[in-house]
Amino acid sequence: MKELALMKGNEAIAEAAIRAGVDAYFGYPITPQSEVMEYLTLQKPEERTGMIVLQAESEIASINMIYGAAGTGKKVMTSSSSPGISLMQEGISYIAGAELPCLIVNVVRGGPGLGTIQPSQADYFQATKGGGHGDYRLIVLAPASVQEMADFVDLGLELAFKYRNPALILTDGLIGQMMEKVELPPQKKRVEEFDQSWVTTGKTRDRERNIITSLNLDPDLQYEHNLKLQEKYRSMAKDVMFEKIDCDDAEFLLVAYGSSARICQKVVEIARGRGKRIGLLRPQTLYPFPTDEIARLSRRVTGIMSVELSAGQMVEDVKLAVNGKVPVYHYGMLGGKIHSPEDVLSEVEEKYMGGF
Amino acid sequence: MDIKEIIRPENLVYKRSPLMTDVTLSYCPGCGHGTIHRLIMEVVDEMGIQSDTIGIAPVGCSVIAYDFMDVDCTQAAHGRAPAVATGIKRLWPDKYVFTYQGDGDLAAIGTAETIHACNRGEDITIFFVNNGIYGMTGGQMAPTTLEGMKSSTTPYGRDSKTMGPPIKITEMIARLPGTYYVTRQAVHKPGSVRKSKKAIRKALEVQRDKKGVSFIEFVSNCNSGWKMTPNESNVWMEEHMFSFYPMGDIKNEGVLVNAKE
Repeated sequence: MKELALMKGNEAIAEAAIRAGVDAYFGYPITPQSEVMEYLTLQKPEERTGMIVLQAESEIASINMIYGAAGTGKKVMTSSSSPGISLMQEGISYIAGAELPCLIVNVVRGGPGLGTIQPSQADYFQATKGGGHGDYRLIVLAPASVQEMADFVDLGLELAFKYRNPALILTDGLIGQMMEKVELPPQKKRVEEFDQSWVTTGKTRDRERNIITSLNLDPDLQYEHNLKLQEKYRSMAKDVMFEKIDCDDAEFLLVAYGSSARICQKVVEIARGRGKRIGLLRPQTLYPFPTDEIARLSRRVTGIMSVELSAGQMVEDVKLAVNGKVPVYHYGMLGGKIHSPEDVLSEVEEKYMGGF
Repeated sequence: MDIKEIIRPENLVYKRSPLMTDVTLSYCPGCGHGTIHRLIMEVVDEMGIQSDTIGIAPVGCSVIAYDFMDVDCTQAAHGRAPAVATGIKRLWPDKYVFTYQGDGDLAAIGTAETIHACNRGEDITIFFVNNGIYGMTGGQMAPTTLEGMKSSTTPYGRDSKTMGPPIKITEMIARLPGTYYVTRQAVHKPGSVRKSKKAIRKALEVQRDKKGVSFIEFVSNCNSGWKMTPNESNVWMEEHMFSFYPMGDIKNEGVLVNAKE
C-alpha cells in the first residue's frame, strides 16, 4: 500500500534518508535547509534504524566526519546551503580524490557571500564543475518536486556507491520549503557487509592494510590517478536522466532544472494553449549532463533558451551541447527573486519567436 | 662472541615492531616522529588490536604515517583529523581510532575540531607531536613556537606582542569535561621513551573503556627546522621547551592533576 505524506522538501529528504538505510547524518544548521536535521533529530532515527545524527561544530567538521565515515564503507550524508557548501569544498575535494561515496544536499540560496535566504540556482557552476580544487566531478541530481527530493536520496546514494564518488542533490530554498504530497519510499535495511578491498575498518589477517588518501607525491602516480578519475566521470554518461515535456513537435526549446523547470512547465502549458509549440527539456541529472539529447533536439528547433535562477550558468553547458547549430539564449533571475511564467513567456515571445 | 651467539633468542632484547612496515622512514635523522610511530605500533601489537585499529594521518611531516604503520589509515585534511576520527568512531564504537597530529595541524588550523571533539568526549585517542615549528613546509612559526624563538617566518624571533604568545592547547583541552586522560611526554631519552610507551598504553585502554578523549602531547625536536644537530636539539628542547611545556600528567581519570595550572 502506498504511504503518502504531506511534507516540506527538506523533511522529505530527511525521511527518505532514514528509509534509504543511511548510517549517519552529520550537519550544521543553515537557512533554508535546517529542517533536514530538525526533522531527523525529532524522528529519533537511532531508534528507528540505528542511524546516527550528529550536529557538528561547523560545515568543515561535518564534511570531514562524512569523509572519515565514508572511508569505512558506511552510507553517510550531509546537507547545507550555499555558504555552508562553500566551506565544505576542501573536504568534498578530498572525498572525490580518495574516491569515497557519500551524499551531499545543497539547498541553494542567493549569493554571493552571505547573500540572501531566498531560492537561487547560482551554485550550478560550483556543483557541476567540481567546486573545490583539482579536476573532479560530482554526480549532481536536480529534483523539481518534493517527490523527487525523497526519491533522489536513495538514487544519489546508489550512484555514489556505484561510482565510489560523492553525489550532490542540487535543490533550492523553494523546493526545500514548499509542501507537497509525497509517496514515501519503502524502508531499506542498513548495510552490514562492507567491501574489504578498500574500507578502513581495521586490518585483518586476510588482507593488506587499507589506506584512504588523496595524496600521491609521485607525479606519475597522480597523473595515472587523474586519468582513472576522468575515465570514471566519462563513464557516468550512461546514467544521465532527463524529462521531456512537449519536445516532439517543439520549434523552440526551453532547458530548465529544479524550480525553474516547474515555472517553465507552466510556460509550456500557456504557450501550447495559444498554439505555440514550445517544449521543455528538464535535466534530472546535471552531471552527467544531457548533452546528447540537447544536441539531438537542437537539430529540430529554431532556438533554445536556458532558464535559470542565475546570471547564466547552465546555459554554457547547453551551448557546448548545441555547438553553434542554433541560437542559445539565457533568461535568468538573480539574488533570490523568482521569475513568473509570464516573465519567461514574454521573453520567448518578444525576442525569439517574433511575437505570438 | 660470534654472531651466532649474539642472535640466540635468549639474547634478544629488542626487535622492530611487526606493525612497522618495511618502508624507510621519511623523517630526518634525529627526529622524534619515528620513535613515536614505533611506540604506538608496539602498543597496538601488544594489545592485539591491529584488526580493530584505524589511524588518522594529518597534513605535515607525518602526512604519510600510513606508509610506516601497518594499520588501516585515513589521511585527513589539514587540522580535520578529530572530525574524521569522530565520523569513524561514531559508526564503529568498538574500534580503536587515533589521530596523529602536529602542532600546526592540531593547535592552529584545526583548533575548532580539536576543542569540539574533546568537548564531546569522543572515545578517541589524540597523539599530538609538538615540535614548535612547521617542519614539512620548511620551518615556519607554529602556534607553539616559543617567545623569541626563530623560525623562517620569525627570522628575528617570535614577538608575542604582534604574533601572540605560544598556545598551551593541551592545558586548554584538559579543562573540558570530555577529556579523561591528558598527559605531556617526550621521546628523547630512554627513560622518556619508556614513560611515553606507558602513556600510550593507558590512552588506548581509556579508549577501550569508552571514558572519553585520551590525549598525549609529545614535546619533540625538529633538528632540521631548528637548525641544530640532533643532540643539540634535544639539549635545547630540555632547556627551553620543557620549562614552558612541562612533562607529566595534566589530567588523570577525568581529574586535573594540578588544579592551579
